[in-house]
Amino acid sequence: MLLASLVEPAFGLIFWMTLSFGIAFFLLTKFAWKPIMGALRDREKSIEDAIGEAKKAREEVAAMKAGNEELLREARAERDQMMKEAREIRDREVAQAKDRAKAEADALLARAREDIRNEKNAAITDMKNQLGELSIQVAERILREKLGDKHAQEALLQKVLKESDLRLS
Amino acid sequence: MQDGHPGSEEKAEFNAGELIMGHIADEHGWHIAGEFSIPLPIILYDTQRGLSVFSSARFEHGHAAYNGYMLHDGKVVAVDANGAIDEAASKHIWDISITKNVFSILLVTVLMLLIFPAVAKRYKQREGQAPKGLQSLLEPVILFVRDDVAKGAIGEKKYERFMPYLLTTFFIILFMNLLGLIPFFPGGATLTGNIAITFTLAVIVLFIVAFNGNGHYWRHIFAMPGVPAWVLLILTPVEILGMFLKPFVLMIRLFANLAAGHIIGLSFFSLIFVFGATSAAVGYGVSVVSLMFTVFMFFLELLVAFIQAYVFTFLAALYIGAAVEESHEHQESLV
Repeated sequence: MLLASLVEPAFGLIFWMTLSFGIAFFLLTKFAWKPIMGALRDREKSIEDAIGEAKKAREEVAAMKAGNEELLREARAERDQMMKEAREIRDREVAQAKDRAKAEADALLARAREDIRNEKNAAITDMKNQLGELSIQVAERILREKLGDKHAQEALLQKVLKESDLRLS
Repeated sequence: MQDGHPGSEEKAEFNAGELIMGHIADEHGWHIAGEFSIPLPIILYDTQRGLSVFSSARFEHGHAAYNGYMLHDGKVVAVDANGAIDEAASKHIWDISITKNVFSILLVTVLMLLIFPAVAKRYKQREGQAPKGLQSLLEPVILFVRDDVAKGAIGEKKYERFMPYLLTTFFIILFMNLLGLIPFFPGGATLTGNIAITFTLAVIVLFIVAFNGNGHYWRHIFAMPGVPAWVLLILTPVEILGMFLKPFVLMIRLFANLAAGHIIGLSFFSLIFVFGATSAAVGYGVSVVSLMFTVFMFFLELLVAFIQAYVFTFLAALYIGAAVEESHEHQESLV
């Protein structure tokens, strides 16, 4: 008896259950499920949009960073190039300066040598002149000494006359 | 016949079966404790005598007849002037009384109508913000029904139309299951353990599937394409039977799970009194073990409350999904 009542659906319950389910379904659909589902969808969409925007921003930043890096790389290359050129210019200038200095030094040296030679020649000439003078003076002294007395002068005169006489004849 | 109420017969022998069935079955008054019970309104529609509404207290727990009606085995029957049951007149009675279960149904409905529109209002107030309070408790469940039940079973394209139905079904079953777990007033009525409730829910599934079935679905029931005519003679009745069998299985599964859970829980509890009848000491000894088992069953029931709500909704969604499926998808899956 009791078990039978357990599996036998009561009309009243079916009636009220159908009514309640129907009321709950219609009211909840209107006042709960649709607003909730709509809100959830909106929120999901806004989150999705936000994520998309964040991703886009991140990509933009990455692109900007890549651009910056490119710029930096270019700047660095330019700097390297400039430094290289500067170094070359410097080396060239230094080399040129060295060459110029060397040439000047050489010229200076050559002039000095010339001067030295000239001086030396002048000195030699001077010395020769002085030596000549000295030897004349010596010869003069010696002659004066030798021809001091009248006999010696007469002897010499006789000798010179004799020689010139010889040549004339 | 026997009466479920302990006070009706002095020193009545303890009958576990009666106690359990008394708890599972519906009643016209709400028995709270001991002698005290809340009388509920009796609403009868008699095809010959018209509508009559009166309190169940008039029946005095089945001891008195009122206005030609009487309570017999928990059912309202018509009686003649001598107090004998009039079987023929009883057939004219449509009993739509507010019984214990009906009261619980109304309570669940009111609860849902209070909770969910309030949650919906929260969504409007906190638009675009994270959920808070009750909203954050229910949102994962709503999302679960949407993403794992509806989208999974019906498909991304058509699930939206059935969301209100699926959500209503899921939460009504869940609330009924949970209300049945509360052991005192206003809980305790095992609504989903009552076949009338699960029958109604199953009939709704049947109607929704039938009304939403597309040509493809009906063709597969009445004339499965690519099947020889003589096989159809067997197949078509089987398919038609299957159409009714599916909701029928839903009805039985929910009913049996919830009813059985309560019966087992109450059985463990009854063991105390069965043993207590032989000796008080044994009764106290058994009560420790019994209580442990009852608590264990309670937690199991809590789990079952969620699982069965999910299973019913999911299978209903699957049947709907099969009914609205587009033909080309099915053809592919056949290959």
